[in-house]
Amino acid sequence: MSDVADRVKKIVVEHLGVEEDKVVENASFIDDLGADSLDTVELVMAFEEEFGIEIPDDAAETIQTFGDAVKFITEAQ
Amino acid sequence: MFDLTGKTALITGASGGIGGAIAKALHGAGATVGISGTRVEPLEALAAELGDRVHVLPCNLSDAAAVEALPKQAIAAMGSMDILVNNAGITRDNLFMRMSDEEWEQVLNVNLTATFKLCKGALRGMMKSRWGRIVNISSIVGATGNPGQGNYAAAKAGMIGMSKSLAYEVASRGVTVNAVAPGFIATAMTDKLNDDQKGAIMGQIPAGRMGTPEEIAAAVLYLASPEAGYVTGATLHVNGGMAML
Repeated sequence: MSDVADRVKKIVVEHLGVEEDKVVENASFIDDLGADSLDTVELVMAFEEEFGIEIPDDAAETIQTFGDAVKFITEAQ
Repeated sequence: MFDLTGKTALITGASGGIGGAIAKALHGAGATVGISGTRVEPLEALAAELGDRVHVLPCNLSDAAAVEALPKQAIAAMGSMDILVNNAGITRDNLFMRMSDEEWEQVLNVNLTATFKLCKGALRGMMKSRWGRIVNISSIVGATGNPGQGNYAAAKAGMIGMSKSLAYEVASRGVTVNAVAPGFIATAMTDKLNDDQKGAIMGQIPAGRMGTPEEIAAAVLYLASPEAGYVTGATLHVNGGMAML
């Protein structure tokens, strides 16, 4: 697994308090990992800080799954 | 009681009577304060009076870019922003049928839109630290209406609805959002009223007197304190009984 994926997973596990093995490619933050809409806003904030990138609101809305997040951040870097 | 040692607070409209009193009250409770306003001189004078733990942050709230920059400037100066007091407000009174679009827009922009933007800019840090206090200074006229103040009453009522909506969203993160609605307070803004107007208003105040800026500041201090952690989405009316809501 890539370095980006490891770091994203760590944030998701810490923030949502889920088991690491639940955080898989297609895991939806809201449907599978128990996040509410405010959690997803906070996750995006945490990604921005961890990776030093800016995630605009319209892009943030497309980040629904763990895989989406890793893909977006990898491309943004 | 009400110890704000180690907390940081941004107060808008701090060059005015109520804003200055709020800054003094929060500072007196131990907070580091960022005082904002359009007029630099009164801000510098207030800063000199307060001494340490104070930052002067001039900002014209009718300038959208300046509004967006203000939270960043406050955080850069103070290291954080735990408390935000949206106190700045302007009036452009006119009879509804004579009110220009410009008078409407100016009041809505400064009183309501700037409040929205400053709240947004403050939330990130507050949510991260799981502690925050937003106090929006509304007005009795937001609840009761007032002839000649269609724009001002709309903005002040809007602040209450906005505060409640935001309070719902961030309550689980330890951030409270409340409003204080002053009644008739002795400030430069109310000095503009003539004696007849003042007399008519006095007759409607059970307490029989105008309120003081310090009495508004005390309400803000409470809502900003750790003790008020379970109070959110509330509007605290401080009006001498003028309207019992």
